[in-house]
Amino acid sequence: MNLLFHLGKYFILIKRVFRKPEKYSIYRRQLLIEINSLGIGSLGIVSIISVFMGAVITIQSSFNFTSAWIPIYAVGLATRQGIILEFAPTIISLILAGKVGSNIASEIGTMRVTEQIDALEVMGINPAGYLIMPKIIASMIINPFLITISMFLGIFGGWLFGIITGVVSSYEYIYGIQYQFRPFSVYYALIKTIVFAFIITSVSAYHGYYTNGGALEVGRSSTKAVVYSNILILVFNFLLTQLLMA
Amino acid sequence: MIELRHISKSFASRKVLNDISLGFEQGKCNLIIGESGSGKTVLAKCMVGLLKVDTGEVLYDQRNFTRMNFFEKKIIRQEMGVLFQGGALFDSMTVEENIIFPLSMFTEKTVEEKVDRAQFCLQRVNLTNASKLYPSELSGGMKKRVAIARAIAVSPRYLICDEPNSGLDPITSIVIDELIKEITYEYNITTIVITHDMNSVLEIGDNIAFLYKGDILWKGNKEQILHAGKKELVDFVYATKFLREFRKRVIE
Repeated sequence: MNLLFHLGKYFILIKRVFRKPEKYSIYRRQLLIEINSLGIGSLGIVSIISVFMGAVITIQSSFNFTSAWIPIYAVGLATRQGIILEFAPTIISLILAGKVGSNIASEIGTMRVTEQIDALEVMGINPAGYLIMPKIIASMIINPFLITISMFLGIFGGWLFGIITGVVSSYEYIYGIQYQFRPFSVYYALIKTIVFAFIITSVSAYHGYYTNGGALEVGRSSTKAVVYSNILILVFNFLLTQLLMA
Repeated sequence: MIELRHISKSFASRKVLNDISLGFEQGKCNLIIGESGSGKTVLAKCMVGLLKVDTGEVLYDQRNFTRMNFFEKKIIRQEMGVLFQGGALFDSMTVEENIIFPLSMFTEKTVEEKVDRAQFCLQRVNLTNASKLYPSELSGGMKKRVAIARAIAVSPRYLICDEPNSGLDPITSIVIDELIKEITYEYNITTIVITHDMNSVLEIGDNIAFLYKGDILWKGNKEQILHAGKKELVDFVYATKFLREFRKRVIE
């Protein structure tokens, strides 16, 4: 019953989020602010994690491919597949759920407990639309770019550290990442990313928007936002993989 | 003119407002007073539509706010200025941006016109030097003054203030009271002030309603309140030992 209650409340909020904006120019400006804050602000952490994850996948693959029947270029192939199919879209989205999700929930939650959302409402502004819609759209626009950058950096990190550690040569790694490449893998990753972006922002905004109480509850909302976003990302990852790959 | 007709509100089994009927006159400071937990803020929230009433109606100049849909309510809300207990200024905006925000949302004014209006409102509350500051850099009294400036920026017909003096020293409280009174008379707006501050009551209380455990127990004005005989009101007005002694001596 509790699940149904929250599900109903979530969809009512989403309906309010996508009501006609009061003034498009203000929402557009807000969208650019959110793209900068949610997207550009996450570029640093996404880059660092991607490079090192690419490096780790390369090194682990090379140590595990001990059979003489497996060619060395399979290291590049495994890195490419691992990064494009799972690491970049799913793991980076899980990381973004932690960074961006908690940020959204605590920002909106603080606005709720300090009556800023009430202030918006009595001004005649739709607070759900003004606060949440730009965040959702911004994430759905910018996250695919972040994930694409993550793919490049992950593969680059694998190449760089593969050469530095001597586990694979540059030629074999590049041959591996080109071997039987299907562009659909990238589309699949980007479709997942857009769905995950919607989940991260809307679920976190939901928890922030319905915060009740004070600072303690803002913290709780923030934690719940991350936990539920992560669970939903994993569930939808399974569903989308089943739908798109099966 | 704002009218409340038979307003009732409960939270689960706890009745907070019990059949409240009140009228608030235009061009006057209408006060709702009562001790903490008497239902004052709930009543204010019901008036502005932040809480749904269980029964009853709220009318703004004969327009039934309770029965309006979201879009109709938006029109009435654009005629409202609401001052929240904590100011409710937007943290991410400067003082000037806070005041410009409702103007940007609902008017087609140019940037220069909006800045001029913001400066005028800030001048009205004696805060012209604070326009580029963020709310976190302001004192409690300054926040309240900025909130008043934001509320009057859109030239409201109705001004609703929820405990404008809470957390302020007596001198700053008087400044805020004076400001509310001046704005009310100058722009001929319907002002409702929710308070439990007796200084405010005696300073600006043109019309006063005493709310006690969800019921209106007394109505009058600032001259009448000192002589009222209702026990609950006497306990509220003469809350301190000093005031009780003072009252006893005056009566004797």
